[in-house]
Order: sequence, then C-alpha cells, then structure tokens
Amino acid sequence: MKMTGARILLECLLEQGVDTVFGYPGGTILNVYDELYGFGDRIRHVLTAHEQGACHAADGYARSTGKVGVCFATSGPGATNLVTGIATAYLDSSPIVCITCNVSAPLIGKDSFQEVDITGVTMPITKCNYLVRDVNALADTVREAFAIARSGRPGPVLIDIVKNVTAERAEYEPLARREHGTSGRLGELMSRYDFKPPEPDMDDIRKLAAMIKESKRPLLICGGGVVRSRADREFKAFAHKIDAPVAITLMGAGGFEGRDPLTTGMIGMHGSQASNIAVDLCDLLIAVGCRFSDRVALKPDTFARNAKIVQIDIDRAEINKNVETDHHIIGDAKRVLSLLTELVPEQIHDPWKKEVFSHPTETHYDEREGTLTPGQVLTTIARLCPQDTIVSTDVGQHQMWAIQHFHFDYPGQLLTSGGFGTMGFGLGAAIGAQVSHPDKTVVHITGDGSFRMNLNELATEQYYRLPIINVIFNNGTLGMVRQWQNLIYQQHYSQTTLDRAPDFVKLAEAFGLSGFRVTDVTQFAEALKYALKCKHGCVIDCAINIDEMVRPMVGGGEHITNFMIN
Amino acid sequence: MNAQRNTLAVLVDNEAGVLSRVARLFSGKGYNIESLAVGTTDDPRVSRITIEVIADEKQIRLLSNQLRKLICVHSVKALKPQHAIRRELVLIKVLAEDFGQRNEIIQIANIFRASIIDVSKSSLTIALIGDESKAEAIQNLLKEFGILELVRTGMVALERGQYTIDEQTKEKGEFDYGKNVLREGL
Repeated sequence: MKMTGARILLECLLEQGVDTVFGYPGGTILNVYDELYGFGDRIRHVLTAHEQGACHAADGYARSTGKVGVCFATSGPGATNLVTGIATAYLDSSPIVCITCNVSAPLIGKDSFQEVDITGVTMPITKCNYLVRDVNALADTVREAFAIARSGRPGPVLIDIVKNVTAERAEYEPLARREHGTSGRLGELMSRYDFKPPEPDMDDIRKLAAMIKESKRPLLICGGGVVRSRADREFKAFAHKIDAPVAITLMGAGGFEGRDPLTTGMIGMHGSQASNIAVDLCDLLIAVGCRFSDRVALKPDTFARNAKIVQIDIDRAEINKNVETDHHIIGDAKRVLSLLTELVPEQIHDPWKKEVFSHPTETHYDEREGTLTPGQVLTTIARLCPQDTIVSTDVGQHQMWAIQHFHFDYPGQLLTSGGFGTMGFGLGAAIGAQVSHPDKTVVHITGDGSFRMNLNELATEQYYRLPIINVIFNNGTLGMVRQWQNLIYQQHYSQTTLDRAPDFVKLAEAFGLSGFRVTDVTQFAEALKYALKCKHGCVIDCAINIDEMVRPMVGGGEHITNFMIN
Repeated sequence: MNAQRNTLAVLVDNEAGVLSRVARLFSGKGYNIESLAVGTTDDPRVSRITIEVIADEKQIRLLSNQLRKLICVHSVKALKPQHAIRRELVLIKVLAEDFGQRNEIIQIANIFRASIIDVSKSSLTIALIGDESKAEAIQNLLKEFGILELVRTGMVALERGQYTIDEQTKEKGEFDYGKNVLREGL
C-alpha cells in the first residue's frame, strides 16, 4: 500500500512493538505528529518539558523494561537537546532509538532555520546513525536501527529524516519482525556474518572451567552486562555452584541479589572494603559484562594483581582495553554462564569466604540525634516501600548512598547514569519507568544540585498523574564535589555551595504536586507514608548536613585498597 | 613501547558518511592521519581504506578494536612493514626552463623508473610509484631545479603472500559475534 513517510515510520514502530514514545514536536517533525494524531489508540505519546527529559525517559523505559525506548524530537535545538541523553545511553549500553526530522532536502546544508547536522554531532555517541533522504529506504532503515539498538551490546541509534521524506509517499508492506533479516539492507548485513551462528567458543569455556577448578580464591564481578542480558538467574546459579564471592559494580546492581550471602557489596572508588580487598587477594577474577572502568579499576596496573583475570563480554573491543586479561570468552552473558555452570563441578571455598567476609560489605554511617542522615532516609525508604520498588537516581553523593543502602533484587530495578554521570538523569528516567510500570512504586533519589537541572519534568509527572516520589538529599551543596574539595583541595569550596532558591515545597505545589520539608526521620517517614498512599507525585525535601561524606573512598588512580577514608 | 608508523587496512561499506566515521576515531583520540587512501575493491559495494598513523603497538590494537566495532566496517588488519608491500603514486611538477635542465630531469626520472606525464616550455611533470624512501630521494634531487607542486595519493598496501584481510581468524570471529547477534535483535 502507498502511504506517506510519516505513516510508514509509525507503522514500522508498531512492527517493533513500540507502545510508548517520549517526545517534543516542532516544525520539521510536524508531519509525523500529524500522523500520530490518528495513532493515539496504538502509540502512547508522552510530551515532556524538554527533549533531554524525553531522551532520559526513553532510556529509563529501556532500562526498566529491557525493550527499546523511543523518543521524537524536531530539528536543530530539538535534536541537540537529545545529545546528553544519547551519550548517557551510549555509555551505559541502553537500547534507545531517537527519531529526529531535519529540514527539507533543498534546505539541507544552507544553514537553514533550525538546521543542524545531527548525524555528524551524534556520531561518537551512537552505535549507528542514519540520515534518511529517500522515502523508499525509510522502512528498511527503521528496521535496521531497532535491530542494531537491541542486539549484541545494546546502545542508542539515531534516525534523522529530512522533512520532505515524511510527506512523500512510498509502497509499504507490513513485515513481521522475524522476517526483517531476510530482506533489504538488514538482510545484506546479516548475510555477511552468517558463517557461524553466534555461539560462545566451547574451548574457551572449558579452559575457564579448568581455571575455576584450580582456583582457591575465586572472585566474581557482576557488571552491567549481566543486567542488560537479564542474566541474573544464570549468574546466581553459577556463583553458588563455584561458591565464589561476588562484587557488584554500579551498573551491575540488580544483576545479583543484594541480599545474597555471597555479595561483597559494591566495588571501586566507593566500593565496600570486602569487595576491594577481595579483588586484591583473589587468585582468579571472573568479570562478567564489566569493562573495568576507571571508577572500578582505579589503577589498572595493580588491579587484581595476584589473580588470573578472565573477562566474559559480548563486545570483543572491551577485552584488554582497560585491564590486561589472561583469558576471555566472547558471548552473551546468559548463554556463557549457563554453559559454564553445566561444565564446572561444585566447589566449596569456606576459608576464602571467611577471609573476605571478615571485612565489612556495607558502610555503617553514624546517626545523630535531631538530624537526618542519608542512612536514615534510605533505610526508611527500604523499610516502607515495596521490595520491587524501582529506584532512579541522579549523580553525586546521594547516588552512592542509594547504591550502598539498597539491596537490588532484579535487573532494571536501579536506573542510574553510571558511565556518563549525568546529573538530571533521574527524573526523566523515573518518568520512563513509571509509564511502563504503572503498578510499581518508583522512587527518584536526587540531590539539590542534580534535581535543579531537570526539575521542569515535574510538569510531566503531574500531567500524566505519575506517582513518582522525589526524595531530595538537600545538603545545600554539590556534595560530591565538595567532598573532593574537602579531601583533596584544602577545603576550598569553590562554587559548590547552593545557598539559594528554590523552596522545593513551594516549587512542588506550583507544579501541582505535594511537597514536604523534613528535618528528622519521623517527619520523613510520615511524608513517605503519605506519598506512598496519595497516588500522585510528591517531592520530599530532606535536610542533610552539608559535610556528610560518602565512605569509603579510594582516590582516582590509586590502588584499590588505598582507602582515603574508611 | 615505541611509537612508529603503522599501516591499517580497513574494508568498509561503500557509502556516504563511512569515511568520516572511520576518520573521527583517529582524530577523536588525538592521532594525526599521516596518510590516507580510499577506493572501491573488486566488489563495488565495498571500499578499502588504507590509513597510516604513528602509534605504538597497544594503541594500534585499541584503534583497530574500535574500528572493528563499527557496523560499516567489515574487517581490519594492521599490516606489519616487513610483511607488507606499500606503494604510493607521487606527481611532481618541476621547473625546467631550458633544454639542459629538461634533459637532466628526464635522466633522474629514468633512474627512478618514474615517467614524464606532462611537458610544457618551462615545466615537467613526473609520476613516480614507490614507498616514502623513493619519493624522498627523488624529491631531494629535484629540489635544486625548483619543485612547483607535489601531490601524493597516500599509501596503499597489501600483505605479502597468500594472506588476505578477509581471513577468518578466531579474533575476527569474536568481533563479528557482536554484529552476528543482529539476528537475535529481531
């Protein structure tokens, strides 16, 4: 059937099973929005306050559901407003497809109104991107974009469509998703690699099984790849069969149950003593879906210096990138781990576990009378909220406290910007998660600095009746930067003190939400109980001491057990 | 590790934007591309890019790995100087205002097996095929006549013997894995 490019685009989204799109209209994408008018019953559009919010929401949708998140934006500033969101998704391997429209073909390259070369801008932060100038290529491009976004190591893909293509007509035949690899460009792309089905190499797996048998002090790292591959069950079975302690990276939270007796807690700059010391003492380190970022392997030369290091990853380019390894297995974590678990005999490592777990797996924070400490806030949230609560965070001290205090049980339960460290990520991500999980509690944990960056999305939260609970750790400062200034920069608190507007309670009310200011744990519990019952969005502004620190801390580039503070 | 001149051969889709995707991986990491040559292969859908950069072995490995991840890249090979034949075409326009000078330049060209491809009353244009040492040597000799213009195509290279860039090694299979799973994304 012949139809317009705009219609083809929406039909292709339906082929992919897209039910929700986050976006913001504008001049060049008008044809698409005009067509969307008649798709209201099949595609839900969430209008955000800013394109960055839309991109983070698509990301939050993707991380919490495991499906591809989709966002729309217009040309020029609409497209560039997505950039931070795309980079955030890229660094954390989150599958999103961003669709932007550009000026019409005759206006391209003439510095036309709201024109920008967005495929050029986003080249370093997308898995792949496309400029569509021919309506006949549109359907194939969209199919390819989705396949690339979700396959292998997932990531963001951008499709830029020139405006006239959305108006021009072409033949469109619906094609079921499993057929997409049989025709068009995608078919060609796939035929290039069909020399063997994607299966991990059994020799590599047997070699690792032999290494495990020899090891007396094995340690596992659960990285973001376990979460992306939804390999939590396989990881758990493997860890228990070889009886190895498990250190969890920030991105790996939810990949292995936080309450499991084998968990040593988070690893890295703010990792637990048990995790960091275990890395130093182990004789075999098996990292699953972990790229040894500079926040984990702070000093690559001495990282796991007594161990044989084995990397399991789907992305070959991660092998030996940051840390030199002794062995690697390429494949999907789910598949590799289940094959591996079948092969290894059961192990018991009681003396090694005893040694590792003699060190604390969590940080104990002092509680002081009459004040509200981060620990009190977080343990109250954990106590009062349902166990499957989805937690989104912004970036900074509150983020680290949240990870240290919560026990995440399943992949997609924690939404946090790990690699890119995007302040302002949390509220958008929470919107994406709440839209896709209307029955779950979604708590957005943020700081006063981060919250200020994208708080305009409170309007989105209110309009769509999303009962997201925003908990602000308000210490009147950019806490993590202040912590560095305190420890490394001789207490020169340069431009980090935020003794300024707004009044977050009035702000919440101005957006039609409930706002609370709390200064002790009883008030906080009351406010939270109300927020959990009221079925609309809330903002709880928690007064936190300006000098609270995240502990422990290892300085950047330092050996992993050189704790600056304990 | 010592940084030295390295040759990377890259097979890519013959499409708009592919060259900038490949080139930005070098510029984004602060490497200057010393030499670059691009052209289609025997398959018109596939282009071959030959890039030379100064880097050490580990850096070359990381660069190749990042290149291999790109969807538009089919295969990458770092060619070792001792196992590769490298050639480029250099065109040199030399000032030659009288018969004696012309004669001398033609003799030099003959020694280098270069050919004269254009003659005017006051200039000669020479085409030379070779590696950088040959080009440098002829340049030194022609300098005294006055070089008006010089252009080089950029180095192209092939591995000696029957080996090709398309060899199915275990490592290539591992890189293709990430792309091969495309079918699982459907």
